[in-house]
Amino acid sequence: MPQPVVAISSVSKTFATASGVGTTALDRISLDIQEGEFVSLIGPSGCGKSTLLRVIGDLTAPSDGTIEVNGKPARQARMDRDYGIVFQAPVLFDWRSVEANVALPLEIKGMSRTQREQRVGEMLDLVELRDFARHYPYQLSGGMQQRVSIARALALEPRILLMDEPFGALDEMTRERMNSEVQRIWERTGTTIVFVTHSIPEAVFLSTRVAVMSPRPGRIVEVIDIDLPRPRNEDTRESKRYFELITDVREKLRGGHNSADGSGAGSAIPSAGRTLAEGSVG
Amino acid sequence: MTAIRPVEGTGSRLVRQARYHLPAVVVFFGVLIVWEITVASLNLRQFILPKPSVIATALNAEWSIIGKAAGNTLFEALGGLVIGVSAGVATAFAVSRWGRVREAILPIAIGASAVPIIAAAPIMSIWFGILNPFAKMAIVILLVFFPILVNVVRGLTQVDASALELMRASAASDGQILRKLRIPNALPFFFTGLKVSTTLSLIGAVVAEYFGGSSEVLGRVIVQSSSRLRFDITWAAIVVAAVTGIVLYLVAMAAERAIIPWHASQRRAEP
Amino acid sequence: MVTSAAAPGSTPVYRSALRGALVALIFLAALLVVWEGAKLLGGDPWRFKNDAGQETVYQPPFKWPIATDLSLPHVWKIWDALAAPVQRQQEQSLGGFLLGAAWHTGQEAALGLLAGAILGFALAALFVHSKLAERAFMPYVVASQTVPILALAPLIAFAFGNGVFGIVVVATYLTFFPVAIAQLRGLSSPDPRALELMRSCAASRWTILWKLRMPASLPYFFASLKIAATASIVGAIVGEGNPGGSQFGLGRSILNFNEQYGSGPEKLWAAIIASALLGLTFFLAVRVVELVVLRGRPDAAAG
Repeated sequence: MPQPVVAISSVSKTFATASGVGTTALDRISLDIQEGEFVSLIGPSGCGKSTLLRVIGDLTAPSDGTIEVNGKPARQARMDRDYGIVFQAPVLFDWRSVEANVALPLEIKGMSRTQREQRVGEMLDLVELRDFARHYPYQLSGGMQQRVSIARALALEPRILLMDEPFGALDEMTRERMNSEVQRIWERTGTTIVFVTHSIPEAVFLSTRVAVMSPRPGRIVEVIDIDLPRPRNEDTRESKRYFELITDVREKLRGGHNSADGSGAGSAIPSAGRTLAEGSVG
Repeated sequence: MTAIRPVEGTGSRLVRQARYHLPAVVVFFGVLIVWEITVASLNLRQFILPKPSVIATALNAEWSIIGKAAGNTLFEALGGLVIGVSAGVATAFAVSRWGRVREAILPIAIGASAVPIIAAAPIMSIWFGILNPFAKMAIVILLVFFPILVNVVRGLTQVDASALELMRASAASDGQILRKLRIPNALPFFFTGLKVSTTLSLIGAVVAEYFGGSSEVLGRVIVQSSSRLRFDITWAAIVVAAVTGIVLYLVAMAAERAIIPWHASQRRAEP
Repeated sequence: MVTSAAAPGSTPVYRSALRGALVALIFLAALLVVWEGAKLLGGDPWRFKNDAGQETVYQPPFKWPIATDLSLPHVWKIWDALAAPVQRQQEQSLGGFLLGAAWHTGQEAALGLLAGAILGFALAALFVHSKLAERAFMPYVVASQTVPILALAPLIAFAFGNGVFGIVVVATYLTFFPVAIAQLRGLSSPDPRALELMRSCAASRWTILWKLRMPASLPYFFASLKIAATASIVGAIVGEGNPGGSQFGLGRSILNFNEQYGSGPEKLWAAIIASALLGLTFFLAVRVVELVVLRGRPDAAAG
């Protein structure tokens, strides 16, 4: 087995609360992510999936445990600019045109103007927004803004792309189109992607593996391999295996939630867990 | 809604803008005409409210005095504005670097703007000399310093949390975060403060002049002409003061449009 | 996500008030230190008796014109002056006199604030319902503030005579603008979907104004009222200062004590400090009302 790109070993994260009792957002989580993988973190609100993403990206420090990225500490990886990051909101800078927004990480790295222009052009081609280079963010639709933020995240050719519910604010149709787009980009660039989502279909459609998480305390309940053939397309969304995997993830989510409630597998009120798990879909 | 909207697509942008501003222009001339006619026909209190034509005559006849006074007042206002805004911005940069200091300074700055600073005008005249224009500038400086400080500190610190994470994920240095995120983020806040300050600067200068000093300034011309019951001159001076204030404000607004065209407030302002 | 949630209830308000008071005290102490420090470094010679009862003189190292006893009286001199008679052969103390003056000015300012708030609110309500009215009058509402408003004060005083009315008019003129601008924003702040909801219930404009636009605008209203509160006092002070303005009040006191500055600099300083305190009182009063009216709303404790 080659060295993993991300090696998470028994990471915990505790937040202090006003009452003085800590809330455990992450509880001894271990996960290895291999080069070129597409791993989704899925779970109900409060399961710590966004926190885990931030710990991987060294945006917040773990209370316990270690994270290694490309064999070095996460902080070193961040300083080496190994990360690209995409949030739920596009977080584009209003005062910068589309091309200037994409160029931001390149400027921070201190790249020359000519290099920047070339790289920005490539990135805009990748997300098919070359014609909108001179536009300002407010002149774009939500989906286009999010594509700009993906182009920005990929501009430095990061080893890992961190995506935090990137399409959560988009409508279902746009979301499906963006999913195909991300898949295309992932196949072209071979970037390792860690993807946080609420949506079971989205996670199954995109991932090589889906890590199902449960809340209070945040744990990984199970990691499910997604063996759907590639390239995935509209036919994939109608295949039998796709629905089986969706059901599988859904059941793991439900189970994880029940056990987290302390009511065990044979819960007296199974419908409560069911409603919550279904509620987190879409 | 009863609003009359400019019809899209008819004529050039200029025509659309003209249509947009038409009601305001109508009001302007309407008021002038009604004013002229009312004062002429009623002949009441004419000496307090002269006809616009009389004011225009006085403005023309007394221009040598009023124009010079306006120049002196503008000097006080602009001098105070430049110093006060610079000091406010510099203090904001210093303060926003240290969270503790910021938390202590902001309530004080807000409290300071609750103090009628104008009341300190006599003290400034005593400190710097009653004929020294800096005595008036000092009041203007005090007036504009706090709004600028409060606004710029907010602009530098109220930065989108995700934008900060993005910068950190790109391993941006503190200097880069300041230049590429905090300063652009603070610009709309700065212009909000600047527009308030331009207005305040002229008001501050004129009112500080009320409390004594050189007679060749707008505030004194207004006080002296009204005590001589020459209300035509009083009004002429007020018109000049008003126009000066509007021009200052428009300059600040034009600078805002030119420098931060991407900001939402600027986009909505487009008719 | 999991964050440290503050306990609901009145604790944050209480805490922020306590912290505000602490900051104010520290600031006051710092101000006193700077004040007397300036006197210590660059003021007039200091005379005082030592333990043996001999008089010694302290010579400050520098000589700053703004720190002389005439330019910047000692803090305790101002304090002592408060208890001394306001004029020779008069019973009333300066402190009592200023208290009365502040009460007078406060009433004028409060009337002006009330009138200005009503006027500002009415204008905003008109503009939010008629874009035509907004386009016709809004430029002049803005222009009215670029005019050195107080330039109009002498005319207003002549037009309305020596009474309180002219002064209230000046205060009103100064206060309506911030309220009008903020209310226009506040009344148009409701979510368009909330407006559609009201229309779907066939609510009249009047109902929408009272049940949706008004409550939504309250935070904007109070933010502007805090600005207007100070403006109303400035208006009252300047209004009183007019020739033929008023015989009473802080504005008149500032002018009178300014003329008598040579014989008693402490009196002018005391009058200015009284004005500052009146301004802060108005500000805090609005803040308290705001906290009560907006209790339970998010961010009520902030700002």
